[in-house]
Amino acid sequence: MFVAWRDLRFARGRFVLIGAVVALITLLVGFLAGLTGGLATQNVSAVLDLPGDRLVLQQPASGRPSFGESSISREARVGWQTAAGVDEVVPVGIAQGRATAGAASGSGSPVGVALFGLPASGAGAVAALAPRSDDEVGLSAGAASDLGAGVGDRVTVAGHTYRVAVVGGDAWYSHTPVLAMTPDAWAAADRRLGGDGAPTVLAVRGAPDWDAVAARTHTSAASHLGSLTALETFRSEVGSLALMIAMLFGVSALVVGAFFTVWTMQRAGDVAVLKALGASTRSLVRDALGQASVVLVVGIGVGTAAVVGLGALAGGALPFLLSPLTTLVPAVAMAALGLAGAAVALRTVTAADPLTALGSNR
Amino acid sequence: MITLDDVTLTFPDGDRRVTAIDHVSLTARAGEVTGITGPSGSGKSSLLAVAATLIRPDSGRVRIGGGSGIGAGSVVDVAALSPGAAAALRRERIGIVFQQSNLLPSLTAREQVLVMAHLGGGGARRGTTSAVTPDRVDELLDAVGLSGHADKRPAQLSGGQRQRVAIARALVHGPDVLLVDEPTSALDQERGAAIMALIAELTHERGTATMLVTHDLVHRDALDELVTVVDGRVVAGANAGTAARAA
Repeated sequence: MFVAWRDLRFARGRFVLIGAVVALITLLVGFLAGLTGGLATQNVSAVLDLPGDRLVLQQPASGRPSFGESSISREARVGWQTAAGVDEVVPVGIAQGRATAGAASGSGSPVGVALFGLPASGAGAVAALAPRSDDEVGLSAGAASDLGAGVGDRVTVAGHTYRVAVVGGDAWYSHTPVLAMTPDAWAAADRRLGGDGAPTVLAVRGAPDWDAVAARTHTSAASHLGSLTALETFRSEVGSLALMIAMLFGVSALVVGAFFTVWTMQRAGDVAVLKALGASTRSLVRDALGQASVVLVVGIGVGTAAVVGLGALAGGALPFLLSPLTTLVPAVAMAALGLAGAAVALRTVTAADPLTALGSNR
Repeated sequence: MITLDDVTLTFPDGDRRVTAIDHVSLTARAGEVTGITGPSGSGKSSLLAVAATLIRPDSGRVRIGGGSGIGAGSVVDVAALSPGAAAALRRERIGIVFQQSNLLPSLTAREQVLVMAHLGGGGARRGTTSAVTPDRVDELLDAVGLSGHADKRPAQLSGGQRQRVAIARALVHGPDVLLVDEPTSALDQERGAAIMALIAELTHERGTATMLVTHDLVHRDALDELVTVVDGRVVAGANAGTAARAA
């Protein structure tokens, strides 16, 4: 790194420029990752908190399973309950609806909520919201905040009034806060909203032959994460944001690679001289990669710090998730891709001919 | 001492090969400046490249004597050296002064010389060129008359000063052999004479075997021996010759 450090100092303008570009790309990637994480949390956190090892959805005759269109028949439910290896089946109803604070004649503004019907005995954050009585509901923190309601208050859903029995943690589904009901109360509310009252998801615990039982019951079984593709809004939203992040990663690798390729080509004569003097290729490669690492670490560090700062500020106004997954992971990926880009420039270093340092070839 | 023994070098030229060095044998003794002269294209720079292990000859051997490093006191078959071993040989036992000073723009004069300690990938202490210390660097810069310019970068130095830095860089690790390629070509006559005198003085002082390629003989007085090369063959000079070509 003897020459590399001095090059960094000597050509600081150029290195500050590329470092700033790396920092800006890191900021963009980090902000998009935070936004993606925040939107994803608002989209699927309730699904991820459902109990069971796998989630079972109705398998349509054609196309992919969908949370919005799934309806689990009694036969399918019994099929899973009686299948060998199944320990527990929790039927869960999910529907979109509106809730109003106060009695049916109340004047509160309607708030969009995700109606979850499941027994209170299940495990998980959503099950913890479930009330024990049909005339009660549980509100997630977001729903309680939007409705301005607390324990003991009344809320109206689809023309019926319920008492708030529980106010719990945050749980979101398709960008609406969760309102939990008993299975029977949910079925009745779903019918009032035009549905068939049948549960939409089975949360299954155990170790059955998942594919065989799913095929027999015309359903599909997937892990909680795997089932997220059955949520249309998640698929389109996260898909497009992830594509943007992937493209930014590609741009980052290309920009860093292009910079170091041009930089290395500019100093190909110096590399030839160093080789002629006896420099080992290993030391020259280490110098080149070390130089790229310094630029990347500083650029990515500044960019990540900006993400953390801006993310903390934006968290109140935007669905922004500030976590290692949205800061450190993109930073590490940026560093790895940047180094990969810089490694492309190593060809110029390894191929430099020390003979060109002799005579008037330079 | 460096000895080239029956060295032949050819280059591809279309469908045929051009002979740049034709069975040349010559010796540059320790403590002497051996000049190699000849017209353009005569092969003198190719001889220097072979001696510097920058190019492998088709046949022949290069022997570097004295000391205890790589290739010292033993016959080295340059054609058999790997690029890594050749690089190690250069940073241990060979110093090179280029036609242009070939200094690195980001380094000061002191750093240009100190860089020799870092060529093997280690630091100044761990590097293979353990003789290169900051004190040694300052001593060399003083010896070439640049003690007051140690912190200047190449752009702040004159052509003659840059060449002096290059000489200090070539000698700082105490090489057995100093290879010098047209050191005065970019200098006026007065500065050229000073550089030649400096090379001769340091060669005599330090016992280095210096092989110096020059296209003119204005500075002939600085040379202890002179070898003339024409068409890749030695046509005149002590300690040198061209072997009878194999039929």
